[in-house]
Amino acid sequence: MLKHLYDTDCVTWSPQGKLFQVEYAMEAVKQGSICLGLKSNENVVLCSLKRQPSELAGYQEKQFKIDDHMAIAIAGLTADARVLCKYMRTECLEYKYTYESHHPVGRLVFKVAEKSQHKTQSGAKRPYGVGLLVAGIDPNGVHLFETCPSGNYYEYKCQAIGSRSQAARTYFESWFHLFEKSTLEQLILHGLSALKKAIMEDEELNERNVEVGILGKNQKFVHLNAQELKDYIAKLETFNANTQIQQE
Amino acid sequence: MYIPVNDMLKHFKQDAPAMANITHKSDQWSPYHDNSGTVLAVGIPGAVIVAGDTRLSNGYNILSRDATKLSQLTDKCVLATAGQYADFIALRKFLQQRLQLYEFQNEVQASTETVAHLLSRELYSRRFFPYYTFNLLAGLDENNHGVVYGYDAIGSYDQMTYGVQGSGQELVVAVLDNQLKGYNKINKTIPQTREEILDIILDCFSCAAERDIHTGDNVEILIITAAGTERIVKPLRKD
Repeated sequence: MLKHLYDTDCVTWSPQGKLFQVEYAMEAVKQGSICLGLKSNENVVLCSLKRQPSELAGYQEKQFKIDDHMAIAIAGLTADARVLCKYMRTECLEYKYTYESHHPVGRLVFKVAEKSQHKTQSGAKRPYGVGLLVAGIDPNGVHLFETCPSGNYYEYKCQAIGSRSQAARTYFESWFHLFEKSTLEQLILHGLSALKKAIMEDEELNERNVEVGILGKNQKFVHLNAQELKDYIAKLETFNANTQIQQE
Repeated sequence: MYIPVNDMLKHFKQDAPAMANITHKSDQWSPYHDNSGTVLAVGIPGAVIVAGDTRLSNGYNILSRDATKLSQLTDKCVLATAGQYADFIALRKFLQQRLQLYEFQNEVQASTETVAHLLSRELYSRRFFPYYTFNLLAGLDENNHGVVYGYDAIGSYDQMTYGVQGSGQELVVAVLDNQLKGYNKINKTIPQTREEILDIILDCFSCAAERDIHTGDNVEILIITAAGTERIVKPLRKD
């Protein structure tokens, strides 16, 4: 393979029209532990699996509040995520100071994408090694965006990124038609069900390694606490997407 | 015929005492306006009570009967400001932004003591073009007891059990000295319960509204406890 001829820096194209450095950066996202998001007409829910580097260590937080109406879940290099998180928070604070209202979600995602793209067009920089799921609510509605190291961004009804996320996406493909009208509780249970598909054989979901954040039109961003997580994970036993269809 | 103000004195005898008291407006534009009103705060074990009237004035005119002088900055503390309303808004915006940043960086809300110091430094940063604000910061300390911090326009501050600022300050603080500390009181009964103190506060505002033209319309009261914030609004004289 002649990849090594074209992958030294961001300013070199491959003959196939690829920027290998950017592609490698996207690999970093795929290596991160899974996080997913899904939205209804009223709410957005973010679910993540927290990784524990060793038995002695704590669990790595994956979700960060940006403002009352917006939050992110990260997959990839946490250090890079912190930089973007700080940037997003500062932008939101400045917007609020100037306009006395919440930063429109799409516009902030665009700013992050622009920043990310900038890093892909320089000989002296490297792309951010983190993908974000941005959940937010503004007068335009309920939003879920994904950002990439490449500088692309997409809006989703539901999405999963990170390690073994395909399994969660397969779950979503089967059931996403129910999400629009789901209640908050159903949304959380769908999120946790999708998360369950993506864990390894010998792993299990518990209140220590799962992180769930919720946002609503009348609900500021908040994490579920340990007790609430325990209750929802317990409810997973009896939760079946089919029962939701029967109710409607 | 219009006589320019500066020439007025020429038309009267030099030793006419009544005319010596003419105060005329300076011709120079001033960046400051006093929107007046009165605020007070009282700290008691377990709670702090903050109150402010809701009248906004400019000279002899009323600009609004429904403008709040109180701003809750964190779960535990409230800023009460008398003076220039525009400076109050600017100060409040700065503090809200700065305290949200504090919360992001420290993963916990700022304590009342921290907010007090932050406010002092912000006021002093404008030492040579001050915020025309006379502030009270009222909140719960680390033990959830009520504390009040009083400020001057450039940030000098101190902790107090109760404080008053604004156009009715002299009228009201004397009453509180008497009622809450028993100064110059023959029967020194100090109120103990929250309800007694609330009654005293309402009476203070009624008294201030009687004598101070800039105080009136409504009094807005916030009671901060560890359990949350309660808001009461009572009417005052509208004249």
